[in-house]
This record gives sequence, structure tokens and C-alpha cells, in this order.
Amino acid sequence: MRFESPKTTREAVALLAKEKGSAYVLAGGTDLLVRMKTGLIEPDLVVDIKRISAMQSIKTTASGTRIGAAVSGAELGENKKLKKAWPGVVEATNLIGSDQIQGRCTMVGNLCNASPAADSVPALMAARAKAVVVGKNKRRTVAVEKIITGPGETSLAKGEIIEAIILPRRSTKSGDAFLRFIPRTEMDIAVVSAGISLTLARGVIKSARVALGAVAATPLLVPAAARAIIGTKLDDVALEKLAAACSAACKPIDDKRGTIEYRTKVVGVLACRAAKIAYQRAGDA
Amino acid sequence: MPQDTSYTDQNFKLVGTRPRRPDGVDKVTGRAKFGADATAPGQLVGLILRSPHAHAKIRKIDTSKAEKLAGVKAVVTSADLPDLTDGDRAMLDILENCMARGRALYDGHAVAAVAAINAQTARKALKLIKVDYKVLPHVTDVDEAMKPGAPIVQDWVFTTGVEPKPNKPSNISQRNEFGHGDVEAGFAQADVIVEKSYKTEQTHQGYIEPHACLASVRPDGSGELWVTTQGHFTFRNICSSLLGMDVAKLKVTASEIGGGFGGKTHVWMEPVALALSRKANRPVKVVMSRDEVFRATGPTCSTSIDVKIGVKKNGTITAATAELRYQNGPFPAIWGMLGAMTSFACYDLKNVKSVGYDVLCNRPKVTAYRAPSAPMAAFAVESTMTLVAAEIGMDPVDFRIKNAAKEGTLASYGPTYGPIGIGPTLAAVKNHPHMKAKLGKNQGRGMACGFWFNFGGQTCTDLNIGIDGTVTLTVGTVDVGGSRASLSIIAAEELGIPYDQVQANIADTASLGFNDMTEGSRGTFSSGMATIFAARNAIEVLRERAAQMWDIPVKAVVWENGEARATGKEHGNLPVLSLKEIAAKAPRTGGPIAGHNEVVADNAGVSFASHICDVEVDPETGGTKVIRYTVIQDAGKAIHPDYVEGQFQGGAAQGIGWALNEEYIYGEDGRLQNAGFLDYRIPVCSDLPFIDTEILEIPNPNHPYGVRGVGETSIVPPLAAIGNAVSDAVGVRLNHVPMSPPRILKALDEARGS
Repeated sequence: MRFESPKTTREAVALLAKEKGSAYVLAGGTDLLVRMKTGLIEPDLVVDIKRISAMQSIKTTASGTRIGAAVSGAELGENKKLKKAWPGVVEATNLIGSDQIQGRCTMVGNLCNASPAADSVPALMAARAKAVVVGKNKRRTVAVEKIITGPGETSLAKGEIIEAIILPRRSTKSGDAFLRFIPRTEMDIAVVSAGISLTLARGVIKSARVALGAVAATPLLVPAAARAIIGTKLDDVALEKLAAACSAACKPIDDKRGTIEYRTKVVGVLACRAAKIAYQRAGDA
Repeated sequence: MPQDTSYTDQNFKLVGTRPRRPDGVDKVTGRAKFGADATAPGQLVGLILRSPHAHAKIRKIDTSKAEKLAGVKAVVTSADLPDLTDGDRAMLDILENCMARGRALYDGHAVAAVAAINAQTARKALKLIKVDYKVLPHVTDVDEAMKPGAPIVQDWVFTTGVEPKPNKPSNISQRNEFGHGDVEAGFAQADVIVEKSYKTEQTHQGYIEPHACLASVRPDGSGELWVTTQGHFTFRNICSSLLGMDVAKLKVTASEIGGGFGGKTHVWMEPVALALSRKANRPVKVVMSRDEVFRATGPTCSTSIDVKIGVKKNGTITAATAELRYQNGPFPAIWGMLGAMTSFACYDLKNVKSVGYDVLCNRPKVTAYRAPSAPMAAFAVESTMTLVAAEIGMDPVDFRIKNAAKEGTLASYGPTYGPIGIGPTLAAVKNHPHMKAKLGKNQGRGMACGFWFNFGGQTCTDLNIGIDGTVTLTVGTVDVGGSRASLSIIAAEELGIPYDQVQANIADTASLGFNDMTEGSRGTFSSGMATIFAARNAIEVLRERAAQMWDIPVKAVVWENGEARATGKEHGNLPVLSLKEIAAKAPRTGGPIAGHNEVVADNAGVSFASHICDVEVDPETGGTKVIRYTVIQDAGKAIHPDYVEGQFQGGAAQGIGWALNEEYIYGEDGRLQNAGFLDYRIPVCSDLPFIDTEILEIPNPNHPYGVRGVGETSIVPPLAAIGNAVSDAVGVRLNHVPMSPPRILKALDEARGS
């Protein structure tokens, strides 16, 4: 196995594109190293991206906030501005693993690991986040929901790498929230999760996005769930419709973490609870 | 000279205090040496190949490619572990569990092993071993395994304890019945009868330290084994027997142990490590992965239990019965029998019958887990007890107090009790502030009782006094819960010296006589007893030496407060001699001063506990959180209260995990789905409240200090206590453990009719 620590995105892309064997990107390594240790993968090349300066920073511009691919969960949690602007996204990312894992794990790693239960992904999808994808010859900006195509599968081509996540700038009176259900209090994988972002105009939901985790092969963006609350003040009828739309959209499986029946029910419960938090935050914003 | 083991009431100086444990700093700073921390020159890495099938015939194992791989020094299969058991089927079962013999009996069953110069080579070698399996039908559920037509796990097993003697093999290895009186007549007298069925899923002890050992067998047939174990003397006897070695020529050293809870009372890969070392003629280290620990070691039984209790309106139980079906893995064992014995042990019953079935399945071989078999039986009985109390409109604590066993009660499993703690623990529940605390929305309170036998067994202890008067206490019971501190307290108490003047050590098998394992809550009870007697023997020597130094008759010397004192008119004016002064003169007064004791510590003294638990249930998700928990248990005498409380808390924590989330999940294919701590959900720190404890001391009449074992009983009540609390909180009765969120939500939805 070769281990490389390039200084630029360009070098990283070149290394990945050129490798004939199996090549993996290492950010925090909290998924990659586990898979290597348990013998699930035996990489020929590991490219460490933590030394790439374009991937290390959080920058806010007129159009939004750019978060580098190597920024850890703990760094996001310590960024007061970001926490204020996108509390749901930061909370979701901070739910990954333990305190120790937070010092290493990254949002982009969580996205590229492509688990249906990834904690940060539904929050990013609800936030209308975009991924900056860099390939050998071009650079493109892609909606986060277009990245994961199946469990462990992404739309990234060989040699492509995500350099950063961009969270859009948004109007005041906006709020987001993310909730997951786990049987324990921490150190667990979501049985179901829900991320919601919404914007108010005079107390009425003007726009909203709802994304669900661990209820299908990929995290799901559910426009019908958003429509259920747009134009409402999140009254009981709207909440009931939201829950119904979420339950209707999910296609879960029975597995060691939960049943179809359980996930279908609880996803609606979590969506309603997250919507209430997001609504409250938007009102306070 | 036989020792007097009877209890004497006395005022202790050190017993009951809380000094720092001698192993504590090493453990929290990482200096302590655990199973995986030993190294030897030239050591190899041993790895084990395991069956991916729940049940399969092994047609052929081709190890030739692995053997040819550079760096591989030995490959072993069952052919390298010949059957030397001479018709002892139980020993052959142990050997067969360590290495499959023609048939893989569960997912994770060892089929071959390699020793290589490094882990990478060993992993590569495992992949080169070709096993030709013929997959056979399997069964993993205890009720399914009992049905006619179920795949037969062992064709040599015929049910014992039934008439007429069966002529066909069965997965039911034995039936055992306990009780007395006439239960039919008892039920006929009852005003109310409650009958319920329960299931509990299989759980693992979940010790943090995986099994690990370093084995070294010399060409002359002698050898050494460094291993994490609860009983190195037993490991020595079993390993030497399985490998055809002489007992005296295998030296086993117990490492520090990172949790055992019964799972380290049994050999798993240690005989394989020895076989690898013997074949390679090099030391071999084997360290299990967590996946291996879950798939191939230690779980306790899954069960299915029916309980029936009949009661008069005044709360008197007229009859009680239970049928208990325990899944043992692929080899016959006694877990269902123990379940049947413990089920009604808390109560004074006129008519009682419990029937235990031991059942084979294609799951890992079950071994002891903290009060083995009792928690499941208690879940079924104590859930039913609370239901019965509700049926007759009686407070569940009062109902239990009315029927509690007491001194003189004929126990359902046979003996007549001496002084016992069930009544006092229930009285303490009644008076505890926890019972009066207010509950919030979706919160509920439950309580339950538990029993465990406790065990004594063979014990052997040395006490040597050094030239400076410090004392080396050498014991043979592995310290799993602070026993070195407790035993040092006992030695210091007897000798009349400060705690710091005693250093307790765990001897290897070459340095002390045989000791039974640290199991059955026996460590402090039995080694404590042997320590008392060893110290008293040393005092006899100290008195003789003092007499010699004073040149007076030994009968004129008494031992008081760590000093020899001359008595009588003619000697009374002699200045006292301290232990240090006598020790300093030892080379000239007869040589080293020591005390020894060998004992079979009988009559360990049964143990009872009552627990109180508050939970909060989220009615929309079924998520349950334990918000308050109190353990009340009889310790006989708490030598070091910190470690008594630690046992109470640890058992409760394990019981809470079992009650709420822990379970082995098998797929249709008979493979374990959750062989890791991510999906086998033991509680994390933030899942648990502070677990409050109350130690009661009802002396065990058969121990000089009144000690009873305390290590196990605390895991018995939590399953039912939590079930009763959930029922109180949200009005649904869970009869299937773990009470995981999907099960609770389903029960709530059924109750709501949605």
C-alpha cells in the first residue's frame, strides 16, 4: 500500500486518477481505517487530503459558506457563526461518533461514505448544500442529493474528489434542525433520521426542504413532505400531513437496527419534532 | 486441624473501610498487563479460521497452500488435537468447541488455525485454507429446536430425566424438575390465577478485553500459558488434559483481567494456541477480535418461559409453576436446570413446581454469565408477581413481603434456608425515599427481587512475612473486582497491622495449590476465609517466635493489635514485641515466618436483592430511559464497601442493557448479524443514571466474618424491574426481552389500536 499526502487538490486528483489499483481518499479516516482494519478493503493507494490548504478552512462570502473537505466535526462545532446560521447542519455533523471521532471525522467523508444512515447528509440536503467536485480536467458544483446513488455508492467518477461543501446564504427568518433516533444516547447509527430547513414570512412557512435518513437505500429528499408544511404555520393538520408524507416516501428495510414498521412510523414523528425546532429557530432568527 | 468457619460478631478496625486498591493506579494509567500484553522472544501470531455456516458437514480441509506460504510456521485442525478424553463426553465437547471435528456447529465455530511470523502472513494463510462444507439444516430458536422434525444438532443426545427413556435423539438434552407440595390442589384453592409466557434473547457478557493468550510449549512437553482468565488452575487442568500434558508441567499465569462475568471461566482458543505452539515449536500469541468474541465465546442462553401463579385474595400464594426452556448452544449443559432452581427461590411457597429444559441450537456454546440462568427466570416470575399483585389490588412490595422466604423456609429447589436477606431487602425497599419520589409524565416505577446461590469451593492461600515485617499475601483466585484490596484488609485485620503493610498477589499455577475459579461470587468469600486461617496460622508462628525470644512458654504469649504480649504474673512486665521486631529476628529464631491454608469453603450463603427502577418511555418512539435506579442487597459483611457497591452497580448496569437493547440477532441463514459493539448495544455511560446502592449485612453463619458473595445477584432483578416500570409508565406489559424501542412501540400501538 502507498500513502500520499499531497499539498494541493490538483495533485490529489492526479494521484487518484493515475492509480491502477484500488485508491481511497483519507480525510478523518473514521470509516476508512475501520474498513481496512476489519479486512473489508485492502487499498493499493491511500491519499491523505488533510494537508491540502483549500480543504482546511471555513469561509463565508456573499453567496454562502464554503466548508473544506478536511474540516473536522469538532471544528464545525466550535464555529459560532456557522452554528448560528445552520444549527441543524452543525448538530447533525456533531452527532457522528464520539468526542474522539469528532476530532477526526468530516462532513465530506460522511457524504462520500454514502451510508443511507449518514448523520450529516439529510441536514445538508435540507440545507440545499452543494458539493464542489474536482476532477482531472474540470471542476463542477453538484447538489448534495446527487452525490449518493446507493449504499456505499456515489456519482463521483474515478479521480474525482470533493473539495468543499457550500451552504447557501439564506434570508433571515430561516431555521433548520436535524434529529435522529438511536436506542442509546450516543455512539450509535441512526435507525431513522430527519433534517428540515425552512424560511418564514410573517409566521407562515414560505419555503421548506425535508430530507430523511436510514429509510431507503439513500438519504431521501421528500418534496411532498415540504409541500405539506409550506403555506402553513405548522399547525397540527400540517404536522399530520408532514408525518404522513414522510412515512409514505420511505422505503426502509428490516435489519438489525430496526423494522420496516418501526422506521415508517418513527420517521414521521422525528420529522414533526424537527420541523417544530426549525420553525422555532426561524421565528427567533 | 479443622478450622472453625462459624461467624463471630466482632468490632473490626479495617474491615468495612475503603482503602485504595493495589492494582488501581496501574489500571488507570495503562501500566497493567492484560491478556494481550505479554511477549516472548520469537513469538508467532496465531489466527483462527471460523465457519461461516450455522451447521455444516466438513468434507475436507485443504491446508497445503497455507502450509507452503513463506512465514507460516504451523497450521492446525482437529487432526492436531486428537481425542484423549477417554470417553469423557463433556471434555470432548470442550475440545470440539475449541476446534470443529468434522462438523461446524455454529457460525463462528473454529475449523482451523495458523501460526505465522506476522499478522499479515497469518491473514493471508487463513485465506489459503480451503474448507469443503456441505451445508446442513440449522436451528437457532429454542422453541423451534424443541419441535418434532427440527434439525438435530447432536445425534448422540437423548433426553434424560424423562420416562420412558427415549429411543430417538433430541435437541432437548435434559429435563429437571424441582419443587414440593401439590400444585394442582394449590391452584384449586386460588381466587386468582395468572398465567403468562415470556421470551428473552441471547446476550453476551460484553467484557471490554477480548480473549487473549500467549502459549509456549517446549519440545520436552512442558509449557507455559499467559492468559486472561477467571481461573488459571482450571485452565491448566483442562488444557493439560486436552493436550496430553502433565498438570505440573504446564504453568499458567493469569494476566490482569478486563472483565469476565463468567465468559472467562471457559477455554476457547487457549488449547488451540498451545497446539499451534507445540507444532511450531515457538511461542504463539492469539488475540481474538471483537467479532470472534461475539460469534464464538461466552453468550448466555436465549429462553422461553411459562409461569403460572395462583393466589388468594389476601395475597397468599397457593401454588406456582414454571416451565423454562433454555438454549445452550450445540452442547448439553445445565442452564435450564439452574433456571428452574432459581425461579421461585425468593418465596415461601407451599406448592411449587419448576421444570427446566436444556435445549441444543446452532449457536455458540453458552457459558456462565453473572448469576447464570437466574435473570431470565426472574424476569418471568417477577413480571408475573407484579401482575398478580395488580389483579388482587395489592401493593407489589407488600405482596412480595407477604410471601417472602425466611429462615426455616423450605426453598423451592430443595434446601431449608438459614438466615437470609430477602425480607430485609423488601423492608428496605418499602422505607426507601426512592419509593416516595414523584414521577413525571410517561414515567413509571417498578421493582423486582433476585436470588443467587453463591459458591465456595477449593481455595488455598499463603501468607509470608518479610524481614521488614511487611506481608505478602498470595492467593489463587483471579482478582476481577477488587479482591486484592479486600483480602489485604482481611490479612491486616487478623494480624493487627496497617493495610499498607500487606501486598496481595495472584500466584501462577506453579506457585500455589489448586484454586477453583473466581466464579459464583466466591473470590472474597473463599479466599477471604483462607486468608483468615492463613493469618491465624502465621500468628501461631509469631507467638512461638516471641516466646523463643523471651524464653518463656508459648502459652504465655498472646497476640493483640499486631503485637505479641507476654501474660501472667511472672512475664507481664516484658515489653511487647511488634510483628516487625519478630520478623527482623526470624533468620535466627527458626527461619521464614508464614501461614498457609487449604480449605473447601462450603456454605457460601445464599444472596438476595431487591431493586427499584424508574423509567421514562417516549410513547411516540418507544425509546426508554432509566432515570433512577436503586439496588438493595444483602452482602453478609461488606469487607471493602466500594467494591461491594461496584458489584451492585455493575450487575444492575448489565441488567439494564439486557433489559432494553442487548440481543444476539440471527439472520435466516443462521449467521450472527451484530457481532460488534456498534450493533450489539450495551449501554454507554450517558445511558445510565447514577445507580444508588444500599448494603444490608445479614451475617452468613458459615464465614468467620459473615461474608456472602456479592458479585452476581445484582444482575438478576433488573429485567423484571424495568419491565414492571415500563408497564407502570405507559400501561403495556412487555413479555419479550430486550424491550427495544420497536417492541415497545409495537405494544403501544396494539394497545392504542393503531
